[in-house]
Amino acid sequence: MASAPAVSIPSSLLPLQIEGLVKRFGEVTAVNGITLELKSGECLGLLGPNGAGKTTLIRSIVGRIVPDAGTVSIFGERADSSAARMALGWVPQELALYWALTCRENLESFGQFHGLRRAALKSAVEWCLDWAALTDRAQEPVKNLSGGMRRRLNMAAGLIHRPQVILMDEPTVGVDPQARNRIFEMIEKLSGEGISMIYTTHYMEEAERLCDRIAIIDHGRIIALGTRDELVRNAFASRSEVLARFTNADAAVAAWVKERGGILENGIARFTIVHATEIAELLDAAAKAGHELADISLRKPNLESVFLHLTGRELRD
Amino acid sequence: MRTALIALRRDRGALALSFILPIGFFTIFAVIFGGRHDTMPKVSLLVVDEDHSATSQSLIRGLEREGSLSVKARPAPKQGVEQPEYTAATAEAAVKAGVASVALIVPHGFGENPISFGGANGPTIQLLKDSSDMVAPQVIAGLLQKVAMTSMPDVMAEQGSKYMDEYAGGFTPEQKKRIDAGLEALRRRDSAENSAQPTAPADPNRADPNRGMPIPVTTRDVVGENKNNGMVSYYAAAVSVMFLLFTASSAGGTLLDEAENGTLDRVLSSRVTMGTLMAGKLCYCVLLAFSQLVVMFVWAWLVFKVDLISHIPGFVVIGLSTAFAVGALGMLLASICRTRAQLGPLSTLVILTMSSIGGSMFPRYFMPEAIQKVGLLTINAWAIDGFTKIFWRDEPVSHLWPQVAVLLGVGVALFAIARRLARRWVYS
Repeated sequence: MASAPAVSIPSSLLPLQIEGLVKRFGEVTAVNGITLELKSGECLGLLGPNGAGKTTLIRSIVGRIVPDAGTVSIFGERADSSAARMALGWVPQELALYWALTCRENLESFGQFHGLRRAALKSAVEWCLDWAALTDRAQEPVKNLSGGMRRRLNMAAGLIHRPQVILMDEPTVGVDPQARNRIFEMIEKLSGEGISMIYTTHYMEEAERLCDRIAIIDHGRIIALGTRDELVRNAFASRSEVLARFTNADAAVAAWVKERGGILENGIARFTIVHATEIAELLDAAAKAGHELADISLRKPNLESVFLHLTGRELRD
Repeated sequence: MRTALIALRRDRGALALSFILPIGFFTIFAVIFGGRHDTMPKVSLLVVDEDHSATSQSLIRGLEREGSLSVKARPAPKQGVEQPEYTAATAEAAVKAGVASVALIVPHGFGENPISFGGANGPTIQLLKDSSDMVAPQVIAGLLQKVAMTSMPDVMAEQGSKYMDEYAGGFTPEQKKRIDAGLEALRRRDSAENSAQPTAPADPNRADPNRGMPIPVTTRDVVGENKNNGMVSYYAAAVSVMFLLFTASSAGGTLLDEAENGTLDRVLSSRVTMGTLMAGKLCYCVLLAFSQLVVMFVWAWLVFKVDLISHIPGFVVIGLSTAFAVGALGMLLASICRTRAQLGPLSTLVILTMSSIGGSMFPRYFMPEAIQKVGLLTINAWAIDGFTKIFWRDEPVSHLWPQVAVLLGVGVALFAIARRLARRWVYS
């Protein structure tokens, strides 16, 4: 980064440590006993479908939700302490900006809320504008910006106080592919500078591209944690995945797929195999059962396969 | 239409207020203007009897019997101790202080020659008035003449005989000459009136108030005697306070906007606490409200000649106190509501109610006594009283302490409640 961070933190402490976090909303348990550690300079992905508890977890870390149980510490400090607040940056999912203010005025305001003044504030604003590629739109009110620019400004506002730990809550929601790539580049730049990050998404590709480790979260629990390869290996070992599409995916097909140990989702059956020869056996069995195949393919399992394997549901439910 | 109706039905607060607002407001006006006659306000009248004659006492007793008057010869007891009767000086001071709008001073020698049709032959009753009250002095002037006719029949008979004896006894040449002169004077006056009426209607304020009246009265403005702007300063304050309330409510509503668009969460995740944030919002409301007051009074000064320049210290003191109180109310209204949609009707209901009973729409002395007392629960009433003290009564800044204390106290209390209610935003 262009200038020194706003706070100095002992390097021996973990940037973020969560122990047994529980949050209930009435009958619904949004976060159900999550324990998690974020290592220094790491980008940890929280991957899960909508409603899995990702945002509740993020809001608990940032102190906007009081958990029913568990603790959160930032570099060993309680999450609601002043030191933790200064070390933590939060990019909320919604565009939390002042729409009548310009880009520069927004950044100045959020900088002041974090205690930045004069030269430090000016330097931080310039860095943020540059990082978000908004320098030439600095005097533009937010309401006149494109969706992608607003997203970038929303991210920049969360980084104005130069935090060492950043929580990004689905920063690419509603952004077109081109603008999304730009955001990826911004995040990769942060990672390159050693910033520790938690990145929530329900897009497998984002997690695979940006994150060093990935925590798969569902129904408020972390059901798997590791690098992308670890997750796939743990779920599938050396097996591959066969995707078979039937011309008539009726109840009989569903029963047949289940009998063969596969999962039928949206008319596509998924099977895991160890040897390629199993494909021929599968085709033969389908023909004998009278189920006509439209096409069949073999692929290496990915994060989506892992999620389906672990939950029986697709990631984008 | 269907979608609008569904949206309205689901916002219970907005739905209820949509119907409560007009009913509530109608009820207030109905109570103020359509109430029973026994709830209508009595006109306060201070009397000073310097004559202590049977005639003067008879006149005062007659005034006391009038149901529409509240006649006071002495101030209310203080700590159970009876206070001395008003004198001409203390009665004048009391009118200046706003204790009553009118004082009657019955002078020495009044009893000897109480009636004088068409002109004063002896000491005349003095009517001291606060000209900001346009009703009470006229009511009392009229009732005085009526009471003179009804409560002093013996005096009237005696005076009639005296006049007959003086003007008609024997019809000597001298008497004839005086009667003729009197008649000629009456004829000239009638003739002048008839010729003047079509082109220049008589100004009731300039006409001789004693013309044709049995009791001669000298009227004197003791408050606002050198002012030519009548009710302008009153309404500058009254209207300002009402609009200040709307401004403060709208400014307080930014808290709801920020809660709805997520910036409040973001701010609260920084170093800024809810207390600091609300204090900042309050400062903004106060600054905005005070600026609005300044603009209003500068306009009143430039266009309507309200004497702002010589009252700047008092204006600043009462203006800031008022701005603080309305700012705190704006914060409270925003803290009570969940959405902007709820804030609109609620603030309209509260502000119009406060403004109507607090004197922003019409002076409180028009209202029944009970409503006048309820009006003291409003910011409007105290603020308007403060501005009236400054601009109408020319009172020093030190006399503003009751209004300032109430406005600041109310502001602190409302802000404390607002801060308490805002705790719901601190954590989800």
